[in-house]
Amino acid sequence: MNQIKLIINQNIRKFGMIIALVGIALLFQIITSGILLTPLNVTNIIMQNSYIIILGIGMALVIITGEIDLSVGSVAAFIGAISAMLMINYNIPVLVAIALSLLVGAIIGAWHGFWVAYVNVPAFIVTLAGMLLFRGLTLIVLGGKTLAPFPDGFRTISSDFLPDYFSNGNVHLLTMIIGIAAIVLYILNECRLRKNESKYNLNQTTFTTFMVKNIVISAIIFIFTYILAIYAGIPYVLLILLALIIGYSFFMNKTVNGRHIYAVGGNKSAAQLSGIKTRKVTFWVFVNMGVLAALAGLVFAGRLNAATPQAGELFELDAIAAAVIGGASLSGGVGTVAGAVIGALIMGILNNGMSLMGVGIDWQQAVKGLVLLSAVAFDIINKNKAS
Amino acid sequence: MNQFVLEMKNITKEFPGVKALDNVNLQVGKGEIHALVGENGAGKSTLMKVLSGVHPIGTYTGDIYFDSNKCSFKDINDSEALGIVIIHQELALVPELSIAENVYLGNEQATKGIIDWAKTKKATEKLIEAVGMKASVNDLVKDVGVGQQQLVEIAKALSKDVKLLILDEPTAALNETESENLLKLLNTFREQGITSILISHKLKEVLKIADNVTILRDGQTIETLSLQQTLINEERIIKSMVGRDLKNLYPIRKPIIGEKVIEIKDWTVYHPQLPDKKIINGANLHLRAGEIVGIAGLMGAGRTELVMSIFGKSYGKRITGKISKNGKEITVNNVGDAIHHGFAYVSEDRKEYGLILQDSVKKNITLANLKGISNKLVVNPYEEVEVAQRYKEQLNIKMPSIDQQVVNLSGGNQQKVVLGKWMFTEPEILILDEPTRGIDVGAKNEIYKIINDLANHGKSILMVSSELPELLGICDRIYTLSDGLITGEFLKEDANQETLMASMTDNRRAHV
Repeated sequence: MNQIKLIINQNIRKFGMIIALVGIALLFQIITSGILLTPLNVTNIIMQNSYIIILGIGMALVIITGEIDLSVGSVAAFIGAISAMLMINYNIPVLVAIALSLLVGAIIGAWHGFWVAYVNVPAFIVTLAGMLLFRGLTLIVLGGKTLAPFPDGFRTISSDFLPDYFSNGNVHLLTMIIGIAAIVLYILNECRLRKNESKYNLNQTTFTTFMVKNIVISAIIFIFTYILAIYAGIPYVLLILLALIIGYSFFMNKTVNGRHIYAVGGNKSAAQLSGIKTRKVTFWVFVNMGVLAALAGLVFAGRLNAATPQAGELFELDAIAAAVIGGASLSGGVGTVAGAVIGALIMGILNNGMSLMGVGIDWQQAVKGLVLLSAVAFDIINKNKAS
Repeated sequence: MNQFVLEMKNITKEFPGVKALDNVNLQVGKGEIHALVGENGAGKSTLMKVLSGVHPIGTYTGDIYFDSNKCSFKDINDSEALGIVIIHQELALVPELSIAENVYLGNEQATKGIIDWAKTKKATEKLIEAVGMKASVNDLVKDVGVGQQQLVEIAKALSKDVKLLILDEPTAALNETESENLLKLLNTFREQGITSILISHKLKEVLKIADNVTILRDGQTIETLSLQQTLINEERIIKSMVGRDLKNLYPIRKPIIGEKVIEIKDWTVYHPQLPDKKIINGANLHLRAGEIVGIAGLMGAGRTELVMSIFGKSYGKRITGKISKNGKEITVNNVGDAIHHGFAYVSEDRKEYGLILQDSVKKNITLANLKGISNKLVVNPYEEVEVAQRYKEQLNIKMPSIDQQVVNLSGGNQQKVVLGKWMFTEPEILILDEPTRGIDVGAKNEIYKIINDLANHGKSILMVSSELPELLGICDRIYTLSDGLITGEFLKEDANQETLMASMTDNRRAHV
């Protein structure tokens, strides 16, 4: 019994965020009399928040390293502008333009990383400068005007859905097949982990808990894909998101480099004296953030079907809020990719739910501010209680 | 009828899972210097936190009487109002403010919110004169030495009309003259009727100055001894502190010394910020397999700087000199190189440079050798658990689980985690910088056993320590360092505290 209490106490932040997400979703589901979780709206929530999720993942890494990046909104806008210039003004093929844009993102990240990691300028200052610099460059590239429309192929990544090869009209069959495949993969992986645990003689959860967990998660995946399938299927951008979430979670939890990122944020001196190249780690985290900011910029531009000078304003704050609501600590060393995604979804559902209720943008901002504050305050009060 | 200025009765304080204080009683007579001693974790600091209101009423059980009045402090302000002032080990001064500003910080001499600086400075002048300081009240605290900073804290206490002054390890960071002066000051206070409680690890000091000593062990009062009796000596107090006779603090080992492993020649290191200041001056030293070599030196002699510069140039600029391993010259330009060549470095400051406090024990143990539990850069979590369990058992690390955050472990167990971390890199040369600093006697003994065991397995150990008995107790050979210069080399048989001290204070550079 005490064991269970301990586990709950240790994981309250993780569970707390999921409970908050479910709670907020249910609340709006009731208030909006069922509109929130309609297939159309669920698809909308994913597409509306895709770029914040992408930025949130990158920001989680930056914050875990103990740094901050205020420039991501401006960088996203700048990349949107660059891609528009390449595709609309110079007629460069879509895939080439996307590759070039991501490369520019990486270079911008390297620029920030250089100043932070090798010259020791505080990241707050470097990226504040970057925020101004790249907003200015966006205006210069666009000449203060909006560039539109993008070629059709480009819009696919942010606005289109997987085609249905086996259409029967009502349910998107390919989506269901992918969903079931995901369930099978998930269960196979869980079985593999369980086998490993017994191989290494570790304490195992009971078979019942194991089964219950698998059934619950499989059911969630099934329901979620079903909801998507009865609307238009899986949007391409969801595939991108899933790949990023799974890839980055794996990277942060399971790889040597991921563990080095946590170590640098947790205690830079100790990490350095343990042979970790702390400057290099910091540098590459910023490069990564640059690439993800570029990707977010492309998705946003594609969704809007235009590159505008005001694109991406305040995105940096949404991304920081997502990571922090998701449990990342600004003092570094603590946080998860999954947490940042949940954080972004909490904010996204708040936005969407309040919009459905007809609450104005003014009140939406205010509520989001309070949610951010209470999430962090809850965490700190909890920690104080524990110590 | 009651001659006690302070009585703490049956104080019990529990933290989740631990009883930090268990029915502790403390009686302090008026105008005396009362020492409080005990191993780390015995409950000294907790008791003082209860007394000063850091742990407010209601979070503990038991009663506190001050001047025969029952007290119920809700916070520090309540206790300070009665004249109980605590000076913590970590000084609570603002380095960027002046002495005067610091003394009256939180107690500003103001009328209607406007500070009267003339009054503040005049009052501060009187106070710092009383504590024997010669600095100007306008000096910034960061510009005066640690010893002087301690005096600023005391001046601050005096400004609050202190009746009971509590000093937590006041001489830990001071040199001998400064300690001497501080103790004299306490004597002066005794004459003026100010009562002091002195928490100290330095039993010599305690014996010299205190009237009575109360010994805590494992959260319980063991006894209070009157030091007017001449029978009380250090051994008597230690016995009471550890609860047993400690004859073999330094475990016996039969050294099996092999070939020369490391040879360092003409090692010169400059200060990282002051490019003309030589910190290490042409040092020559060597290490053999299975040998424990000590480095003795006073504070500021360059001990840590020497070993850190050897460990992948982690300290200093413009480093010149040669390192050879097994007769071949090697390049060690960064920590990665050092680890690759089999070096390991256990820092003197484990919290700052050794551990990631919020991470689990197992993550800390594997940190310096993640590749050792990885397959193509993917960490195998099961092997990680195995490795951590292995060192937990081998080093006898006391903790509920290897998933415990290291911040929650005691100093001795934290140090074992750091040792485990470096042992997992399978080093050939272990550099240990003050490996037993801030660790209680029992854990020290265990650390010595681990060090001996490593040497018996053929590792070379280079150990820095400011405790000469420790160096004499476990080293085979000792170098002395003075002002960046190696001034002597002694075999264990030829060394004693006096010869070492003479060599450590041999200030050759001053004569040049």
